[in-house]
Amino acid sequence: MSERLREKLNILADAAKYDVSCSSSGGNRKNDNKGLGNSHASGICHTYTEDGRCVSLLKILLTNHCIFDCAYCVSRKSNDITRAAFTVEEVVELTMNFYRRNYIEGLFLSSGIFKNADFTMERLLRIVKKLRLEERFNGYIHLKTIPGASEELIREAGMYADRMSINLEMPTESGLKLLAPEKTHQQVTQPLGFIKNQIVQFKEERKLIKSTPKFVSAGQSTQMVIGATPETDQEIMQTAALFYKDFSLKRVYYSGYIPISYDNRLPMIGSQPPLIRENRLYQTDWLMRFYGFHVNELLNDANPHLDIDIDPKLSWALRNLQHFPVDINVAAYKVILRIPGIGVTSAKKIVQARKFGKLRIDQLKKIGVAYNRAKHFIKCADSPYQLKDYQGSQIKAFIQAESQSKYLKYDTSQLILF
Amino acid sequence: MQNYIFDGSFEGLLSAVFNWFERKPGQVKLQTEATFQPDAFMSCLHIVNEREKADRVWKGLQSNLSKAALRKFYCTYLSELEEGYTALFEFACYLFTEGPAIEKNYGNPYVLALSKIAKKVEREKHRMEAFIRFQQNADGIFYCGIDPDFNVLPLIATHFKNRYADQQWIIYDLKRNYGLFYDLSKVEEIKIDFNQRQKTTGIANAIVSEKEGLYALLWKDYFKSTNIQARKNTKLHVQHVPKRYWKYLTEKQFEQD
Ligand code: SF4
Repeated sequence: MSERLREKLNILADAAKYDVSCSSSGGNRKNDNKGLGNSHASGICHTYTEDGRCVSLLKILLTNHCIFDCAYCVSRKSNDITRAAFTVEEVVELTMNFYRRNYIEGLFLSSGIFKNADFTMERLLRIVKKLRLEERFNGYIHLKTIPGASEELIREAGMYADRMSINLEMPTESGLKLLAPEKTHQQVTQPLGFIKNQIVQFKEERKLIKSTPKFVSAGQSTQMVIGATPETDQEIMQTAALFYKDFSLKRVYYSGYIPISYDNRLPMIGSQPPLIRENRLYQTDWLMRFYGFHVNELLNDANPHLDIDIDPKLSWALRNLQHFPVDINVAAYKVILRIPGIGVTSAKKIVQARKFGKLRIDQLKKIGVAYNRAKHFIKCADSPYQLKDYQGSQIKAFIQAESQSKYLKYDTSQLILF
Repeated sequence: MQNYIFDGSFEGLLSAVFNWFERKPGQVKLQTEATFQPDAFMSCLHIVNEREKADRVWKGLQSNLSKAALRKFYCTYLSELEEGYTALFEFACYLFTEGPAIEKNYGNPYVLALSKIAKKVEREKHRMEAFIRFQQNADGIFYCGIDPDFNVLPLIATHFKNRYADQQWIIYDLKRNYGLFYDLSKVEEIKIDFNQRQKTTGIANAIVSEKEGLYALLWKDYFKSTNIQARKNTKLHVQHVPKRYWKYLTEKQFEQD
């Protein structure tokens, strides 16, 4: 009995691991039924895989049986692999027991499609209902919507899940058509639009009637596979920006394609996943969401690709030297945020601290500014007098020379946020 | 310059601040009894803990500091660091001299020190919330022993109480020899003597619940399955999960397999 469960867990966790659109942040479910669990807005990473990704949720597939044959997917029909399926009870039991031992923040449940979309979606729904209603589980639940499932099922699932997502898979329609001929972007946008409208509607109702349940309270997200098809970074980020705007997504995830198939439409097995590129896309996403950048400032027809050797904020600054130097002691917060080497935390500290007197270099360093990077773009109380106007390329060379040793220490696949 | 010696307690620290305002002795060096080295050239004052005075200082802090700054103050105290005590003392004196606005003056070394030390303590608190792994004992209680660098138990009590409202649990600080016990209605501080402790830790396998082995095994399996070989990055892994925490982590116990 336990041997079979182990085997299933191995198969169905292994198959789910390529989905990166999984985080427990954004949840806010209180434990007020004296049941088990709650979820924090910030979420908790309970451990990290040996590749350094955070593990906060039990991420599994309900089954890796699938009637479809998407080329980028391990579960595709034509792939010769061992198949397995959990029962509803098994998923519930694993979730509860892992949660009780503080292994996880909750469940991320996805599935291959067996029989048809509704048959599969209906099982996912049974699992969340059992967890919430019978086990009084208040931990985080993220459900993957099954493309093509009926609106009634999606709607009901949304009453119990904290987050729902449906993967866009490829950044462009043509890319998707090439690798998953049965799928269209429209199949994804339809449920995204439906869920978004439901969220808005439930919110409105809650304003009038307090007891209205929350609907997908942590919002929805989507994922794009990067590097399987030849899209430019500009195309990718414009799609992301559009989806943020149209569907009020909480997150867009970018998943560097890891070759898993000998299909000649795809990169060869053994080729390196585009980890740096993936990192740069996340940085760009970050700049759009938290730093007030518009996608066109970072990527446009003149610059359709992100620089690999420098981060997108530095890259933008070097292309827009006319905005610099910025005077730390007078500039608006939003302007300070755009300076390379200054993140949200230090920008806030600067604005607070300068009320007590003009800030000097040593204070900026103590506040946490990456001064060697920032110094080319700022003026402060004791800035040395600048004789020469440097070109962007010269500044870039200075910064790279100075941070060379530091870069060698870091692994480039790490997400460094300015 | 004068030495102030206190006993390392929160009450002692606050009493020291009160004393300074009573005496206004100029520069003072604050030290704990544990680390104090007598010095022939400096006079010293042994701080007597006085509840009433400490309370007055605490109230003063509460009314002059924002919630966030007050939390930083408390976290810095829990660091148990000598330089943390100094920073708290200087910070409090600075605050009561200059007024509430100073809490954001990050140009001041003590304001900055509080901010930095508190951040370290908060990080460990957060890590404890993440890395604690309960084992269920035969009597049904979920147990975990820890030995964090900083004294974070007071900071994590509420988190675990809210989260595990329907199961009994114990989190025990083996280094400081005290723990938290939640009995389904409230969290209490407990001390377990060694023999008693052995019973509760489940060091002897017999008293660990039967299911325990299975779930530990399933969790280890899961940890292995989620790894993507093509992305392996040990450096990053160790950065997120420093080795000193591995002993807590079920998924890192490979030897016993
Ligand atoms: S439908 Fe989903 S599970 Fe099935 S092959 Fe396509 S991506 Fe994989």
